[in-house]
Amino acid sequence: MVSNSSSATPEGSKSAAGAPRSLNDVVIRLAGNSQDGIQAVGGFLARLAGRSAQEVMTYMTIPSTISGGPSIFQVRMGTGDILSAGDRADVLVAFYQHSYEHHRASLRPGGVLLYDSDHVQPNPDDHEVTAVGVPFTSATVEAVGGSAKEKGKNIYVLGLLARMFDLNVAKLTQLIKERFGGKNEDIVRNALLAFDAGYAYPAENLQQCLYRLEEPAPAPGARPQVTTDGNSAISYGLIAAGVRYGAAYPITPWSSIMETLRTELPKYGGIFVQCEDEIAAISTALGFSYSGNLAITGSSGPGLSLKAEALGWAVMAEIPLIVVNIQRGGPSTGLPTNIEQSDLMQAIYGSHGDAPRVVLAPATVEDCFYISLEAARIAREFSTPVIILSDQALATRIEAFDEPDLPKLMVEAKPDRTPRDAAFKPYPLDTPTRHAPPGAIMGSGKYPIVTGLEHDELGHPTANPALHAQMTAKRREKIKAVANTYAAPEVFGDQEGDLLLVGWGCTYGPIHEAVGRLQASGVKVGHLQIRHIHPLDNGLEQIFAKYQHVRVVEINDEGLYGHGQLTTLLRARFCDPKIQSITKTDGLTFRVSEIVERVAKNLGLTTIKTGARSHSVLAAPRA
Amino acid sequence: MSASATPAPAATAPRAPLTKKVLTADHPTWCPGCGDFAVLAAFYKVLEKLNYPQEKIVTFAGIGCSSRFPYFVNSHGGHYIHGRALPFAAGISLGGDDLHVFVFGGDGDGFSIGGNHLVHTARKNPRLTYVIMDNSVYGLTKKQTSPTSPLGFKSKTDPWGAFDQPINPMRTLINSGATFVARSHATQVNHMVEMMLRAAQHDGFSVVEILSECVEFFEGAFDSSVPRKGGTFQAIELKKNDGTPEDAARHDPTDELAAFQLALEPWPGKFGVYYENKQRPTKNALEQKLIAATREKNKHASDLELLQKTFARMR
Repeated sequence: MVSNSSSATPEGSKSAAGAPRSLNDVVIRLAGNSQDGIQAVGGFLARLAGRSAQEVMTYMTIPSTISGGPSIFQVRMGTGDILSAGDRADVLVAFYQHSYEHHRASLRPGGVLLYDSDHVQPNPDDHEVTAVGVPFTSATVEAVGGSAKEKGKNIYVLGLLARMFDLNVAKLTQLIKERFGGKNEDIVRNALLAFDAGYAYPAENLQQCLYRLEEPAPAPGARPQVTTDGNSAISYGLIAAGVRYGAAYPITPWSSIMETLRTELPKYGGIFVQCEDEIAAISTALGFSYSGNLAITGSSGPGLSLKAEALGWAVMAEIPLIVVNIQRGGPSTGLPTNIEQSDLMQAIYGSHGDAPRVVLAPATVEDCFYISLEAARIAREFSTPVIILSDQALATRIEAFDEPDLPKLMVEAKPDRTPRDAAFKPYPLDTPTRHAPPGAIMGSGKYPIVTGLEHDELGHPTANPALHAQMTAKRREKIKAVANTYAAPEVFGDQEGDLLLVGWGCTYGPIHEAVGRLQASGVKVGHLQIRHIHPLDNGLEQIFAKYQHVRVVEINDEGLYGHGQLTTLLRARFCDPKIQSITKTDGLTFRVSEIVERVAKNLGLTTIKTGARSHSVLAAPRA
Repeated sequence: MSASATPAPAATAPRAPLTKKVLTADHPTWCPGCGDFAVLAAFYKVLEKLNYPQEKIVTFAGIGCSSRFPYFVNSHGGHYIHGRALPFAAGISLGGDDLHVFVFGGDGDGFSIGGNHLVHTARKNPRLTYVIMDNSVYGLTKKQTSPTSPLGFKSKTDPWGAFDQPINPMRTLINSGATFVARSHATQVNHMVEMMLRAAQHDGFSVVEILSECVEFFEGAFDSSVPRKGGTFQAIELKKNDGTPEDAARHDPTDELAAFQLALEPWPGKFGVYYENKQRPTKNALEQKLIAATREKNKHASDLELLQKTFARMR
């Protein structure tokens, strides 16, 4: 079944028969349709990598259609630092002709094309890669039985990959059992039959492409690795932060957080309400917060727009709240299942009036967990709404990271109904607002009203000119003071030099890798990921001063004045013309090479090697 | 106030009963002669009768003349954005199951900008009471057509007379699935007290619509149900189930169809309890039931144990 390509190309991938070659970094791209369960295969591989103390990063696209449509899932596994899902693949698994045609170009020379010979006819003149045809569809039907139709061919492919890469079968079958264990026994049995059939595919047909992915020994004393996606990390981060109440309305790619919280919170004695619309959702969440229970609402771009008025009320009334916004392509319905970082200005400024609030942006899946804890701390300490600005890429990709130290991190929070003394004021000018929730007895005998009208210290409506200026200043200074509670920002790479790459959100990994490649070409470059968008970290100007150039990498448009959204903010804040953007709007995450190429072009650097390894690790070393 | 001297909530020391004096807060901003004064006075009476612990009373509102209500009641409370007080109040009720939550608002707030929330709050049936002070005109913005303005009403937005069909509040509320629906009139203090009292004691989402005249922008709007202005106030007599022949003609508030028929009676219609459903569980109760069942299923594990188990599954 293996087409003989080796004689035609110098990169031909003939390895010594029977001796699997050892690898430490491989990128597998699965391309099919969204109902084929390729996400499940990718998920199994990622979980396996996590359990094997390997680093892992995934990337997926899903169509915004209800059922069907092309979809990919890319998994990169390895033993070094894996920070991006990889620009190009070493293995392409093509389920259909269109999968092959659209994704052939993503395969590195010397890589392996694994295709369903029931559906795909690859170009016979393509000798750049090793093509392996296996009848996924008919072999699965044969293994599982006729009634299952094409279901299970994803697991069959998993078996094939397990054979190719000598993956840990015991761990994989355990994962399959865990995944399908809750369902009826036939499903587990069929999944295992499909897996075994794929694994048992005659090895002689694969012998030119048998590899072993190194499984590092876990470092002594290392915490176990967990594998999950960004939205799950936010959900469980909020639970760890003691958030027990929330309300929302479904929208992609936010919905999985509300699904998780709706099913998880009752276990913790909490309530999550699915509301009739986005406005009702933030209103109900604010009602929970007002009752003394810090609450969460969330959405994606269009929903955040709808919540804007109520968010402004929360600023005015000084009610704590967590708002998660999973950014997607905009404006309007835009690109509902693609990545874009174009809600930054909306998150900071979206409301009428002067309505300062806190905006945080997680850098990785792991950070989605920790930033949720930080958001809850800030919301409670400063009685303010806090927006967590995540994005579609972080939300859906899977990473492995150290299991959090939960006994140390768990926060317990109950409404503070202790009686308030006679001096209590809901809106004091000289000290932070700490609301008395309903249920708290007021020593003064006067009960407080929280309000969206401008008010005096006791909450009475007023249009007094001096008081509006004072209260506006109070709300502003309160948010400024949040920056004093941040951990100091850290620069990765060169601490001074030619270039500082600044990023926020999902660009963390590709920028990090780009730093390595630029350094290899002799550029002195550092990387600063901004997690605290509003207010910004203190001391950024001192960091910027150490570099000749500052380039902010962001997935949004350069706008009318030539700068991305964070760039615009940084330029306004620091009045420094050396702060410039590298932006794009193709709905996809940054590839490492894109950043390196743009930097080289931007700075007129001609000596930089922009490419990653151009050939697949699967290609046989030249004799 | 005696309660202020007690260091702990729900202390054993006897509390002084709630009085109008204790319950009075800011002086109302309403125009002299506004029907809302009477609603406020009636509400003080209701709270005196209920005598809840003061700190557990919450009054909430959206935007409009009547929505200034919480500033005038000395209780925990708030003044929210236009039309959205109901979902906020649902959050308060579900977040503090022991609280007594009252929402006040007008016809624009409730039936126009907040119309969708009314329907869905009714559907969810949280434990709270909603008092709609209906004056059939936008008062705070000075005389525009409201969703309950009658056909032909001349306003600044319909100088030639309104021609959009007005909402029938009783029909809308019964149809929404609200579990307690009543109607009253700001000129009938005792009737208002009775309706609000019954609403507050109802276990679920209870709504009282009160016709409350805007003397500034829609004078005489409700005269046809004011006896001293030549109208008739027709109170609904509720079934006593005493087997007498006259009882057959009385209204059974558990009969949804009969309630609907009452709602279709021509203007000015009748006043009293239109509909009452004591069977439907509240959202408060259903969520607590879900929590109890889920915690039972998880063997009442601590929060830390639960989350550790979740992370163990991600290994």
